[in-house]
Amino acid sequence: MKSFKNHLSLVIALVSILFTIQVFTVVNRSIDAYKDKLTKNYSLIIVSQNKLLPRELKAKVSAIADVIELSPDSVIKKLNIKISKNNIELLKATLPRFYKLKLGKYPSPDEIKKIRTKLLEIQSITTVESFSATHDTIYNLLLLFKTVITVLAFAILIVTVLLIFKELRIWQFKHNERMNIMSLFGAPTWLRSAVLFRLAIVDALIASVLNFGIFSYIASSSWVSQQLNTIGIHIVVFNTVNDFLSGLVIAIIVSIFLAAFIVIGQKEEL
Amino acid sequence: MDKVIIANNLSLAYSSDDTIINKVNFSVDTGSFIFITGASGSGKSTLLKSLYGALKPIEGSLIVGGVELKSVSKKKLNFLRKHLGIVFQDYKLVKEWTIEKNIMLPLIINGYEKSVTQNQVDSLLKHVRLQHQVGKYPQELSGGEQQRVAVARALAHNPTVVLADEPTGNLDDYSSQLIWNLLEGANEQLETTVIVVTHHIPETMKVNYKHYHIESGGICEVI
Repeated sequence: MKSFKNHLSLVIALVSILFTIQVFTVVNRSIDAYKDKLTKNYSLIIVSQNKLLPRELKAKVSAIADVIELSPDSVIKKLNIKISKNNIELLKATLPRFYKLKLGKYPSPDEIKKIRTKLLEIQSITTVESFSATHDTIYNLLLLFKTVITVLAFAILIVTVLLIFKELRIWQFKHNERMNIMSLFGAPTWLRSAVLFRLAIVDALIASVLNFGIFSYIASSSWVSQQLNTIGIHIVVFNTVNDFLSGLVIAIIVSIFLAAFIVIGQKEEL
Repeated sequence: MDKVIIANNLSLAYSSDDTIINKVNFSVDTGSFIFITGASGSGKSTLLKSLYGALKPIEGSLIVGGVELKSVSKKKLNFLRKHLGIVFQDYKLVKEWTIEKNIMLPLIINGYEKSVTQNQVDSLLKHVRLQHQVGKYPQELSGGEQQRVAVARALAHNPTVVLADEPTGNLDDYSSQLIWNLLEGANEQLETTVIVVTHHIPETMKVNYKHYHIESGGICEVI
């Protein structure tokens, strides 16, 4: 029980840090996956008087990933009941050309403005339709979501750091006496602080395993899968190797920093 | 005879305007048994603290076990302390360790093998009559028992010098006698130098000892 209590306070603080970082990572992954999905569905429409070469367009605007020429047939079909075949061909020759531009990534409103300006610099292009009203709303919504999560994560991290500093003072008080006694018997610094570092590493391990357990459960939850399917994205909620190792490294760094702080701050009693 | 402690014009103080020990000269022979007496606040414990490097001289020199303590490095101080056995007035036992682990502390610091360590702890626990308290923590023992653990810890690694601050203060006759027997045994059998700060020298002492008295910042031998 006593040993459990010794570990509990630091483990809670560490789990809180790891949980916040992982939530932040999952949100970022979700936003990126959603942006990818939007990129696939999003395109600009341009109208040109002359035929345009995809190579030239891509050279002018590097963000363009694909250029698809739209056939005027579907529009003309609706008219062909009253127009002769010859006239249809004539009409086709006089109609401007329509192109759908796919982009490599989901652009910001500023990027769209730049793309639009660059495209309009091409003399034959008369119109660029970017559907900016819908795009800007979605983009701003994503941005707002990301900002809210960042602020929230930052606030939790600050509270946790304060919690850790409080814990640091308790640890300092608790371990200083033992380290002092060991010092009076000639124990070198590494031996005096060995218990502290061992405790710190064990706590970091416990916190990482707990974090692993929590997120493995969340990742396997059908509710979470359902929510992700609803918005049409597929992400890795918890990467068993990478996320666990990065969490472990962060927890070890934080707890070793804590232990080192105590060792450096140790004052010998007279 | 070799000198294990040499003090020349030694002055000690906690603050610059309050000198407690003032320019004293004394030396201690290796293997001797010394009592230091004096009134409360006379500087007995202060002098003892300076012998294990917890208080540096403000003036003069103090050499313990060949180590000059006025400008000693942390490494050299650790080296000296490994060869000292200290009994503190307030015991200074590690609360979160069992009494065996407390006694083991100097043996671990001095790098003794685990088998030697365990045998030594078992033997010392028998000597201080605490073998029935194995596995207990200091706070589960009485004051007298804690003091016996502190003495056992001080003697565990067969130190060159034992420094004891009021080792029998507030103890009953039985516990006091056990402690004196242990200190006398170490002095007689292992030629350990023993320096004891006390208010009262027991009448039952079997070994030859020297008696120093501290008064008004000075120290003199009582013959």
